[in-house]
Amino acid sequence: MIRILTFMLLLPATLPHAQASDPGSRIWATGGVTTIEGSAGGGLVPWALLSGYASDEEWGGTLSLSQAKVDDYSLTVQAASLNWNNRVELSVARQTLDLDSLVFVLKDGFGIEQDELRQDVFGLKVRLFGDVLYTPWGQWSAGVQYKRQRDFTVPDTIGARDDSGTDLYLSGSKVFFASLFDRNLLVSGTVRATRANQGGLLGFGGDKNNGYEFMAEAAAGILLNRQWLVGAEYRQKPDNLNFAEENDWWDLFVAWVPDRRLSLTAAWVNLGDIATLTDQQGLYLSLEGSF
Amino acid sequence: MTGMIRPNTLALCLILFMTGWMTGCQTPASHQNDGFYDQLGQRSGIADIVEDLLFLIVDDARINQSFKGVDVQQFHRHLTDQLCELSGGPCEYTGRSMRELHADMAITDTQFNALTENLILAMEKNKVPVGAQNRLLEKLVPLYPDIRNL
Ligand code: HEM
Repeated sequence: MIRILTFMLLLPATLPHAQASDPGSRIWATGGVTTIEGSAGGGLVPWALLSGYASDEEWGGTLSLSQAKVDDYSLTVQAASLNWNNRVELSVARQTLDLDSLVFVLKDGFGIEQDELRQDVFGLKVRLFGDVLYTPWGQWSAGVQYKRQRDFTVPDTIGARDDSGTDLYLSGSKVFFASLFDRNLLVSGTVRATRANQGGLLGFGGDKNNGYEFMAEAAAGILLNRQWLVGAEYRQKPDNLNFAEENDWWDLFVAWVPDRRLSLTAAWVNLGDIATLTDQQGLYLSLEGSF
Repeated sequence: MTGMIRPNTLALCLILFMTGWMTGCQTPASHQNDGFYDQLGQRSGIADIVEDLLFLIVDDARINQSFKGVDVQQFHRHLTDQLCELSGGPCEYTGRSMRELHADMAITDTQFNALTENLILAMEKNKVPVGAQNRLLEKLVPLYPDIRNL
């Protein structure tokens, strides 16, 4: 066997395999999945990981479709991202929040006819230093999310100040090899400066508070093997509107990454009170393809 | 793990082995051996993994150029010894230091990832349990700055 190998290594030319069609060289599942705001991360919280699987000499990207169905709302997100050299991530996401039962509240209480709220999010994330797997201090990235609310009548009526806003965040992620039960553990923390109400779907700033505030976000997940990641996320939220209290978000997730090309995420999400409707919980599903 | 072959140590081991004092030669790591080295299939299992790894490398356009013309026998022996030692087995890596070996290659993250991927695939092919795979990767991660010459 060794002799055959020696012979193969002596061959002058490489065997040009069809690697061009691969989505990139980073190790399975280290692309994370797509958040509801289009940046790579978990479901609700951006991580320091850049989308897809491009490593330092490659580019790649993702396309994804996500839906959260909580008690009185459903949120649909279509998103796309590009990753250049595992250095820069560009993303876009279009969110559509179906107001389901809030439609009647708005009509009877405010005389507004509106059955959905839409928002576009344009994201830029830059890996500052480190590698999530290989460096002792993990991987650190900074990001910007420019958000444009497209149906401002409702947010305007309930006290929001602006129909667009910019979130800034700093994120650190690290995989600890062979931790609990010798499984690899992913830990991620994010600090976000934001004025967004319910992520921006209810506008930016408000009558209770109008300035930027720092919010803490965190995630942890265990890689059962290289195809399954289970974990939890937490996202602190501002509370800018007198109209209704806004709560922190959390979720429990399972992500299945059968292949670099594909990931499927299911989560139980708890979004708390949203625009007077209390305790919004439900199922989140997200399908992502990488190229 | 640095440096040269130490003939004295080897000779000493041989003597101790013959006198039934084998434990005297083992690295401190081997005392905390709790199945991880065994789960890799001990030295012969590791040798199989390294052989499969070499086949994957030959087939991988991201890195096979770098390996053109290497002494495969020696590479196989050295890497097997290194992984055996790192996993707490009774082996000693006698090759050159990681930084010295790889410094001139200007290895990229893409190539490092490619090698890691191939190692994982080779371990999977040899039915190494996930926990033992992770334990070995944990031992290899500290070599990253040396191999990339950072
Ligand atoms: C965890 C990662 C790595 C480990 C543990 C490792 C380990 C080793 C060891 C033990 C040797 C000595 C073998 C001998 O004496 O012949 C070696 C040599 C070599 N390595 Fe690595 N290596 C790693 C990553 C890489 C990568 C990413 C590349 C390049 C793409 C690479 C390319 C080479 C080459 C070409 C040699 C032969 C050098 C020579 O004969 O002068 N290695 N490596």
